[in-house]
Amino acid sequence: MRFSGLRVLREGADRQQGLDSRIWRDAEPEAAPMTWSSSAAAGTGLATAYYLAREHGLTNVAVLEKGYIGGGNVGRNTTIVRANYFLPGNSEFYSHSLKLWEGLEQDLNYNVMHSQRGLINLFHSDGQRDAFARRGNAMINQGDDAILLDREGVRAMLPYLDFDNARFPIYGGLYHPRGGTARHDAVAWGYARGADQRGVDLIQNCEVTGIDIEGGRVTGVQTTRGAIRAKKVGIVVAGRSSQVAAMAGMRLPIESHVLQAFVTEGLKPVHRPRRQLRHGAFLHQPVRQGRAGLRRRSGFLRLLRAARQHADDGTRDGGGHDADADDRQGAGAAQLGRDHGHDARRLAHHRQDAGRGALSQLRLVLRRVQGGAGLGRLLRPPDGHRPPARCGCRFRLDRFRTGRGLMDEEGTGSQHNLH
Amino acid sequence: MRITCPICGARDRREFYYVGDALALDRPAPDAPAEAWDDYLHNRDNPAGPTRDLWYHEAGCGAWLVVDARHRDPRGASASSWPRPRRRRRDDGIARRG
Repeated sequence: MRFSGLRVLREGADRQQGLDSRIWRDAEPEAAPMTWSSSAAAGTGLATAYYLAREHGLTNVAVLEKGYIGGGNVGRNTTIVRANYFLPGNSEFYSHSLKLWEGLEQDLNYNVMHSQRGLINLFHSDGQRDAFARRGNAMINQGDDAILLDREGVRAMLPYLDFDNARFPIYGGLYHPRGGTARHDAVAWGYARGADQRGVDLIQNCEVTGIDIEGGRVTGVQTTRGAIRAKKVGIVVAGRSSQVAAMAGMRLPIESHVLQAFVTEGLKPVHRPRRQLRHGAFLHQPVRQGRAGLRRRSGFLRLLRAARQHADDGTRDGGGHDADADDRQGAGAAQLGRDHGHDARRLAHHRQDAGRGALSQLRLVLRRVQGGAGLGRLLRPPDGHRPPARCGCRFRLDRFRTGRGLMDEEGTGSQHNLH
Repeated sequence: MRITCPICGARDRREFYYVGDALALDRPAPDAPAEAWDDYLHNRDNPAGPTRDLWYHEAGCGAWLVVDARHRDPRGASASSWPRPRRRRRDDGIARRG
């Protein structure tokens, strides 16, 4: 079934009788060997399966998900789509990812509510202005867009902000016009539908409990729904990377931390046409409003490590909720519709990684919170196929051992407790 | 969350500063090979369950503590103990699990 504007009109006239709410098959585990099996079906896992099928024609792929489609990190993520990174490695990766986003809805034939309404990072001191000017230059050199706004420039776009706030006076902002939002779970559904249409099996409620290894080669996986033989196995499980990799005897440079987000009740668009992101010296409070009208705030990454997969009270205690001064003007009275925490995989400092495991048939894609569509193209395909997107070649797991190309965006050093 | 400090008793966790995995106490020998230092600095067990962490009682007595989330007193406070290296590292300095 293809979606189109004409179809919407036709179905509207016919009480939508022709639409099937099930947009992918719920596959069963097969006894026949798979070429690939990739565990986890959040955004990155599904994107990986989709691009394996689309770019490399690999359709003998099973995606194994412990829970349900869209219930992974993508069920919580902060919906922001941007390419405003600074360091080589990160910069071209997010640039590539943003370009994929720009064609994603047409590519998937699915409405993921991607809306490039712009992104403004506010700065509150001269030092921050210098840092953002430098960041903007890096973005322009990469080929993306960035405009340094002064105070009046921000006022013209967002007149309702508190410009003379005593703690965080607004000096200006870095405007990224191609930044925006997308509906996070629609992205998962769109990738699921796209992968399914190309022949990928999506198997839900199927937890991987072990990885079969014979003579140094991966031969399959054990799951709660039986054994599945596979020539290659990819691990794309975000905050649970350590647990799944341990099944293959690997120990990773990862700590999982809860990243907490808050979503308000549905509201009329406030941040129209732009959205803004508050950036204080001690405050990093993205506020955004998607097409559906929900305002979404992501809290702090919790310092306390925990692979617990649920929200906790600390962020609300710690000011994650009400520290946001401009919210008092905008929608401070809005009720929180839900808050949710999820495991953000956090490497000993960094972004994401793709690489070979110690075993030749094992591939890993470890992700940080906001990898975007580009992450789905990092998994190395079988030898003989076109290599994955070049922009991912710097995300190597061995960079911690060698110290080369660490991509220390915040300049804190590559230790777990320093971010 | 409350943490039981050996000196001050059960206190609100906001009095404490979180440092990280108590693995930090198991520092390799200065002349240990690079692999040992890589393992010590970067690789983690990352358990999906209770952790054993180093905290600092910043707004209290100033003690460094190891808080073991597996051990709680009847009121739910996490127990803590004085930091000391868990084990001697073997000659190559690489932690052995198991």
